[in-house]
Amino acid sequence: MNAILEGFRGFARYFGGVMGADAYAKYLEHHEASGHAEAPMTEREFWRDHTDRQDNNPQGRCC
Amino acid sequence: MGKMPDGKARTALSEDALEPDPKLPPTSVDDAVREAEERKWTPTKIAIWAAISLLGGVSWFMLAIIRGETVNAIWFVFASVCTYLIGYRFYSKVIERYITRPNDRRATPAEYKADGKDYVRTDRNVLFGHHFAAIAGAGPLVGPVIAAQMGYLPGTIWIIIGVVLAGAVQDYLVLFFSMRRGGRSLGQMAREELGVIGGTAALIATLLIMVIIVAILALVVVNALGESPWGVFSVGMTIPIALFMGVYLRFIRPGKVMEVSLIGFVLLMAAIIGGGAVAGTEWGAAFFHLDKVTIAWGLIVYGFIAAILPVWLLLAPRDYLSTFMKIGVIVMLALAIIVVRPEITVPAFSEFASRENGPVFPGALFPFLFVTIACGALSGFHALISSGTTPKLIEKERQARLIGYGGMLMESFVAIMALVAAISIDRGLYFAMNSPAALTGGTVQTAATWVNSLGLAGVNITPDLLAETARNVGEESIVSRTGGAPTLAVGLAHIMQQFIGGTAMMAFWYHFAIMFEALFILTAVDAGTRVARFMLQDSIGNFIPKFKEHSWRPGAWLCTAVMVLAWGAVLLMGVTDPLGGINTLFPLFGIANQLLAAIALSVCLAIAARRASFKYLWIVAVPLAFAAVVTITASFQKIFSPVPAVGYFANNAAFSKALADGKTEFGTAKTVAAMEAVVRNTMIQGWLSVIFVVLSIIVIITAMVATVKAFRDAKQGVAHADHEDPAVPSRAYAPAGFIPTPAERELVAEWNKLPADLRLEKSAHH
Repeated sequence: MNAILEGFRGFARYFGGVMGADAYAKYLEHHEASGHAEAPMTEREFWRDHTDRQDNNPQGRCC
Repeated sequence: MGKMPDGKARTALSEDALEPDPKLPPTSVDDAVREAEERKWTPTKIAIWAAISLLGGVSWFMLAIIRGETVNAIWFVFASVCTYLIGYRFYSKVIERYITRPNDRRATPAEYKADGKDYVRTDRNVLFGHHFAAIAGAGPLVGPVIAAQMGYLPGTIWIIIGVVLAGAVQDYLVLFFSMRRGGRSLGQMAREELGVIGGTAALIATLLIMVIIVAILALVVVNALGESPWGVFSVGMTIPIALFMGVYLRFIRPGKVMEVSLIGFVLLMAAIIGGGAVAGTEWGAAFFHLDKVTIAWGLIVYGFIAAILPVWLLLAPRDYLSTFMKIGVIVMLALAIIVVRPEITVPAFSEFASRENGPVFPGALFPFLFVTIACGALSGFHALISSGTTPKLIEKERQARLIGYGGMLMESFVAIMALVAAISIDRGLYFAMNSPAALTGGTVQTAATWVNSLGLAGVNITPDLLAETARNVGEESIVSRTGGAPTLAVGLAHIMQQFIGGTAMMAFWYHFAIMFEALFILTAVDAGTRVARFMLQDSIGNFIPKFKEHSWRPGAWLCTAVMVLAWGAVLLMGVTDPLGGINTLFPLFGIANQLLAAIALSVCLAIAARRASFKYLWIVAVPLAFAAVVTITASFQKIFSPVPAVGYFANNAAFSKALADGKTEFGTAKTVAAMEAVVRNTMIQGWLSVIFVVLSIIVIITAMVATVKAFRDAKQGVAHADHEDPAVPSRAYAPAGFIPTPAERELVAEWNKLPADLRLEKSAHH
C-alpha cells in the first residue's frame, strides 16, 4: 500500500513539474543558494511576477 | 590558431580554459570511460538490440510487404517504437559525436545565468515532458488524418523515417545551438549567422508563416464547430472556465497549479456532458447552432481580446488546462490502441496515391504528401520552441539529445497514433467526412452516392451508416466535416467506446476529442498572435522607435489588430472558399511549416560549418536538401501547375476566363459571387506562395554562402567569429539519459556525498 502511495506521489510530483507547478519552490531554492540579502518574494508576489513577465516575453505554443 | 582539420582543435582551445573547481567531483564522466562503456557490447545488450531490430523488422514487413486484407494496428506501434529506439540509440549518437559535441564540463545557461525564474536547472525527465507539451499540439493530430487519403503506408513511412532523419535532427540541433548561445531565438541566430539579408528574410518569412499557421489551425477549429451546437457550447465554456482558473490562481490560491488544473479538468468534463444536454434542448440547439462564418468572426474577435488581455487571466490558465489534457489524452490514446488493437482495412496505397485529383487534398504524392504531414515528421515551428524556453532550463549539455531528439520522437508517435485512429474508421466514411461539400453535396444521400461513384475498392457506403454515425457521435451531420479533427474524433470515439462505455459513450468521446483539439489550437492561436505581435512591434520599432516599447498600449493594440486581421482574413478566405477551405489551404500550411524547417536547418548548417564539422555536414545537409526540394517543388507546382486543382494561378485563370465568358456558375462555384471569391482567393494564395518560396530561397542561399565561406576559412586557417557564449566551468552534475549508465551512477553517488554547502542548489530530483 505504501509503495503504491509513494508511486502515486512520485507521479504527481513529476506531473506537477511538467506543468510548472514547482516554480516557486525552485525560485526559493535558487534564492537561498545564491545568498541574496533581501527577502525572497512571497508566493503571491512570485506568481504575479511570473505571469506578468510572460506578458512581455510571449512564448509560442506549437501546432 | 593553426589548422582545424575537424574542428576539434578549436573547440578544445576555448574549452581548455575551463578550470574545474578542485573541491568538487568531476562535472562530466571521463570521455575515455564513456567511450569504453558505449563500445562494450555485453551479451544482454546485444540480445536486447537484436530483439528490438527483429521486432521492428517484422512489423515493417507486416505493414509494407504482407498487407493482407486487414492489418492490425499493433504493428504500427511496434514498427514506430522500434525504429525510434534504433534512431535514438544509434543515429542521434552519431549527431552528438560529430556535430554537436557536447561537453558536460561546460555550464549550461540554466547554470551560469541562473535567476530562479527563466533560467532554472530542471530535472531531465521533467523537462522532457515539459518540452514535449510545448511542441506537440493539434498539428500531428490533423496532418496524418488528411494524408490518409493516399493510404496508410506513404504517411507511415514519412512520419517514422522523416522524424529520425529530419524532424528530430532539426529539433536537437536548434536546441543545442540555442543552448550554447544562452537561449537565443531562431531569428537572432539567423541574423548572426546569415547576416543582414538572410536574417531579415528569415524574420519576414517567420512572421508570414506564423500568420498562415495560426489561420489554418483556426480553420480546423471552425470546421469542427460549424453547425455543431454541442461543440460550440462545450468549447465556448472553456473561456469562462479559464477565466475562473485565472482569477483563482491570481487572487484566491496563488501557485496552486495542480489544484486549479484538476478543478478546471472537472469543469471541462462537466462542460462536455452538459453540452450534450444543452444541444438536446430546443433553445440550446437553436442558440448554439452557428454557421462557419459566424464562428470565424467570433474567433477573430476572441483572438484579439485574448491577445491583449493580461496573460494571467486567460492564456496562462488555459495553458495549464491544455498541458494537463495533452499528457492525459496521449497516454489514453496509446493505451486504447494497445488494448483494443483495431483491425485496419484501409489499403497500403489507395487509388489516389498515384493520382493528382484526390478530393481531400489535391496534388501528387510527391511532393504533397510530404507537406501535408509536417508536424510529426518535420515541423519548422518547433525551431521556434526549441530556441525559446527549453534551452534555458537544461541542466547538462549531454541532456540536449534526450530532450530535443527524444521529445520529437514522442511527437512522431502521437502522429502515428492519430493516423491509426483515423484509418480505423470505414473508408467510405472517411471520404464522406473529408471531401468538401461542393463534391459530397452535403446530405447523406448525395454523399453516399458520390463516395460510391469514386470506384474505391471495398467501399460501399449507405446513407444509413452516415446518418447513424452522426447520431452516435451526437451531431446533426458528419458529411463534409473537413479539417481532420472530426475524423480523428470519430476514430477516437470508435476505438474508445470499445475500451470504455460502448456505443452509448461515443458522443462523449467524440466531443472530448473535439474539445482537446480546440483547446490546443486556441492556445496556439493566442500564443502565436502574441509572439507575432512582438515580432511586428520590434520590426516597426527599427523605423519608429516608440514601437519597441512593448508596454506602449496603442502600439501593442495596433500591432495585435494587424496580426489578428492578417490571420483572420486568411481564415475567412478559407471558410468561405467555394472549393472547400482545407482542400486549398492545407497545402499552404504544410509548405509554410516546412519552409520554416528549411530556414532552421539552413541556420544549423551554417553553424555546423562554422564549427568545422565538414565531413559530417551531410547530417544537416540531407534533411535540408529534402525539405528544400519538397517545399520548393510544392510551391512551384502551386504557382506554375497548369492543372487548376493544383495550381493557384491556373485556377485563377480558369475562373477569370469563365467570368469573362459570362458564365454564372463554374465547377464547384455555383454563383458569380462564389466565382469572384475563387478568383480573389487563388490570387492571394498564389502570391503568398511566391513570397514564401522567394524568402526561403534567399535564406537557403545565404546559408550556403556562409557554409562555403566557413569551409574556405578553415582551409586557409583563418579564424572566424563564433557566436557562442563564452565557456564557463560547470559546478553540477546530472546523467544524460532516462536511465543512468553505471559510470554516471557512480558519479552521481560521488556528488551526493558532497557536503551541502559545496553543492549548487539541487534541481528537483525524483
